[in-house]
Amino acid sequence: MGTAKYLLGKLGQLFITLILVLSLAFLLFRVWQPGDPVATWAKASGAKLNAEQLDQIRHEWGLDVPLPRQYVSYMGQMLTFNFGTSTILNPQESVSSMFWSRMAKSAILIVTSTFAAIAIGVLLGIYGGWKRQGKVDQASMSSSMILYAMPEFVLGMIFILIFAATLHWFPVSLYESPIPKTGLSHWTDVINHMALPWLTLTLAYVGEFYLVMRSSLLDVLGEEYIALARAKGVREKYVLRKHAVPNALLPTITLVALSFGFILSGVITVELVFSYPGVGKLSVDALRQRDFAVLQATFVISVIAVLLANFIADLTYAYLDPRVRRA
Amino acid sequence: MSVLNVEDLRVTYTTKGGDVPAVRGVSFSIDRGEVLGLAGESGCGKSTIAGAILRLHSPGTKIEGTLELEGEDILALTPGRLRAVRWTGASIIFQGALHALNPVQKIGDQIEEAIQVHGMATQKEAAVRAGALLEQVGLPPRRKDDYPHELSGGQKQRVMIAMALACSPTLVIADEPTTALDVMVQAQVLTLLRSLQHDLGLAMLFITHDLSVLVDVSDRLAIMYAGKIVEEGKASEVFHAPQHPYTAALAAAFPEIGDARFRHKPTGLGGDPPDPQQIPSGCPFHPRCDRAIDACKTVVPELWDAGSDRRAACVHVAGAPSLESVIS
Amino acid sequence: MKTEPAITAPEVQAPVLPPTKLTPRQLRRARHRRTLGRFWQQFRQSKMGMIGLAILIFYAGVAIFSIFANKGALDPTITTNGPRLAGPSLHYPLGTQIDGISVLSLTIEGARISLFVGLSAALISMLLGTLIGMWAGYKSSVHDAILMRITDVFLVLPWLALAIVLAAMFGQNFWIIIIIIGLTSWAGTARLVRAQVLSVKERTYIERSRALGASDAHVVLKHITPNLMPIIFANTILTIAIAILSESQLSFLGLGDPNAKSWGTLIEEAFNHGALTLHAWWWLMAPSISIVLVVLGFTMVGFAMDEIVNPRIRER
Repeated sequence: MGTAKYLLGKLGQLFITLILVLSLAFLLFRVWQPGDPVATWAKASGAKLNAEQLDQIRHEWGLDVPLPRQYVSYMGQMLTFNFGTSTILNPQESVSSMFWSRMAKSAILIVTSTFAAIAIGVLLGIYGGWKRQGKVDQASMSSSMILYAMPEFVLGMIFILIFAATLHWFPVSLYESPIPKTGLSHWTDVINHMALPWLTLTLAYVGEFYLVMRSSLLDVLGEEYIALARAKGVREKYVLRKHAVPNALLPTITLVALSFGFILSGVITVELVFSYPGVGKLSVDALRQRDFAVLQATFVISVIAVLLANFIADLTYAYLDPRVRRA
Repeated sequence: MSVLNVEDLRVTYTTKGGDVPAVRGVSFSIDRGEVLGLAGESGCGKSTIAGAILRLHSPGTKIEGTLELEGEDILALTPGRLRAVRWTGASIIFQGALHALNPVQKIGDQIEEAIQVHGMATQKEAAVRAGALLEQVGLPPRRKDDYPHELSGGQKQRVMIAMALACSPTLVIADEPTTALDVMVQAQVLTLLRSLQHDLGLAMLFITHDLSVLVDVSDRLAIMYAGKIVEEGKASEVFHAPQHPYTAALAAAFPEIGDARFRHKPTGLGGDPPDPQQIPSGCPFHPRCDRAIDACKTVVPELWDAGSDRRAACVHVAGAPSLESVIS
Repeated sequence: MKTEPAITAPEVQAPVLPPTKLTPRQLRRARHRRTLGRFWQQFRQSKMGMIGLAILIFYAGVAIFSIFANKGALDPTITTNGPRLAGPSLHYPLGTQIDGISVLSLTIEGARISLFVGLSAALISMLLGTLIGMWAGYKSSVHDAILMRITDVFLVLPWLALAIVLAAMFGQNFWIIIIIIGLTSWAGTARLVRAQVLSVKERTYIERSRALGASDAHVVLKHITPNLMPIIFANTILTIAIAILSESQLSFLGLGDPNAKSWGTLIEEAFNHGALTLHAWWWLMAPSISIVLVVLGFTMVGFAMDEIVNPRIRER
């Protein structure tokens, strides 16, 4: 029972946050946006339209009604992923269709690298915290701090310089070779191209997760129930496994969830460095051309992605913490 | 036959700021079925002794002296033998049941863990025994499927007691078991501890700063100050007729209604306990003592005879050697 | 004996009073000096902190140097007969870029810009976060709930997505970048400050002060804020590190001020001119290593301060 209440509560918060963010988006993309989106689109698409026809399009796009009504219909549009037509980049195409093809590519990259970073970071963090100041801990601490201080695009460029441009182990950019391959060799080609961006994203965030898990474990190791477990005669590795780690994971989950926003921000620059045709690269192109329709979609989708990821983190937390399950 | 024999125990913590001598030469023994109360202010070293008996301190801590549990030299135990002796020879009831239980594990599992670690029963048998233990401390057995946050402070402390009895130890160390509880709950828990100790014939080391509690529970009483014992003897005698000025002050801080001594205003003791790294010369208590004389600044008192079955570390007691022979 | 809340700030200690020929203000100043002295003593013992401090002093020197000197090498009106895209040499210690300008000069100039943007943005973020956090923590639960919802929104938001939009709309001016970074990074500080205020608020001397009739402003200024200063300061140092990283990301995307080239902008120019494939690693590495060093410097100092100021960490 407690779980249901907790999750409903989190879902409610998610919804409120979503409404707040979409309202912000409304302010940014309808109220404050400079210029006339219809005119911009018309110019980019090369269509020669007179004032009447422009007004007609404005009416179709719902831009000629008073703001409060626009607000309501705007919310509906955003929630159904109706982002309108791209104004500059691809005037013939709807923004949604531009997105879906790239989403999968970005999603594979982000999800796999985040999982890897969490897994490695957490495991190393447990080991490092347990054998505090040991060789693994010290090496991991220093490398974590250096990785943290490095902007992810710098890390990506270093990898390109070393592994691609010099050693030629991996391609320099893109998602697949210009001459498309088929079947299995297509997939190995894709993996080959994804390797460096994946490595960049994983290493960029593994340090943070390491530091968080280690810190959390050290906190827990000072608690009295750990001393009690030892006093009962429990072996060290079971003290760690059954008492320390399950408790240390809880604040770690919370802190890891906070970094999802940063990971999505990092993906944008990494995709740029590798010219990886994902959503991040798309947003950079849209930025360069000031295509606000696409930017709007990027904004809303990335927020929704982070909110979903946070919700999954909340689910995991509920599963692991009996205080939530049985409030 | 003594269950616990401690001789000249010295415990020193090593910290970044230097060595901290928390316990500076403590000796006592506890017989089967006997309750020894250990009292003193925070920082006097009493909890350190509790941790030292089961060697729970961090590896950097220096423990010297003699520490024997049922004849076994604790300080010489191999890690394997130490793990075996823990909980079966002696167990601990910690203070602050707030954080002494693993929040994400059922309390039944935590009790069963103690039993299973020592291979004393199968899983099913351990579960049964856990339920029985809970009943012994006044909790319904079905509560073993509960998590710590579903219990009140008093109930958690009962769980701690049940857990401490799980492997039928010979000695139970109670480290401030009632400090974090409300007064009414305190009384219940104390009654429970007393009856269990009596029924099971346990030897008990009862550590607290609350002297009034100790008088009822203990057979013998030892008062600690600045890492050493300054008075020891039969519990009620020590409390009602203290020989050491510190004991007197400590007792006066817990006045009893009806006792003529406390008829007028309650008295406290000025000053603070000394920093273990800066212990005063001579008698460590002399800066706060209202009966200090010049000799107290230089003479380091030992536990001298202060009556029948009573010893105190003060120059004023009957058994103290004459001052001329002590001042060198 | 674990009774302390999640994060505690050390209590402001009662002063040992010298003979009273001094005014209260002088006494207070003496006390502050003593606290600072003690803090410095502890900081000195942290190897990590001292190395970080050394790095920061070095780059601060570089930035100050760039204010007074270094102009000549950057002046575009002086036609450079120098080599283009040349590797490091005696004459050009860090090599040259595509226009023949010395990378060393550009990097020195970039120090001033990057550091200034980072510090200013962090200042805005700190002020916003502290104000909001204090308001939420101190005021009634309604204020708290609303402010915390808003804080959560900003905490969850992928800041770069928002920053890109703002920069696209409002321009690539130097000051706009500072404001944008400040506006998108205050949430962490707000959460921290609020937690601190909540724990300090419960302390007895606050209750006593209010019983004596102290106004909210008095309680906040005289009692709560001094307790928070150390933790806020440590947090601000870490915020500066994040601000510098954020600025580099924005500049790399091309949103930096073209008239004030920060390190991020240098990297962007290098990248867009194909420095990677042309193997002109010096053009990329000089600004990159500088960013890493400066951020490391702030992070190390911040962690060292955190260790001193946050008793929970100290006990380990």
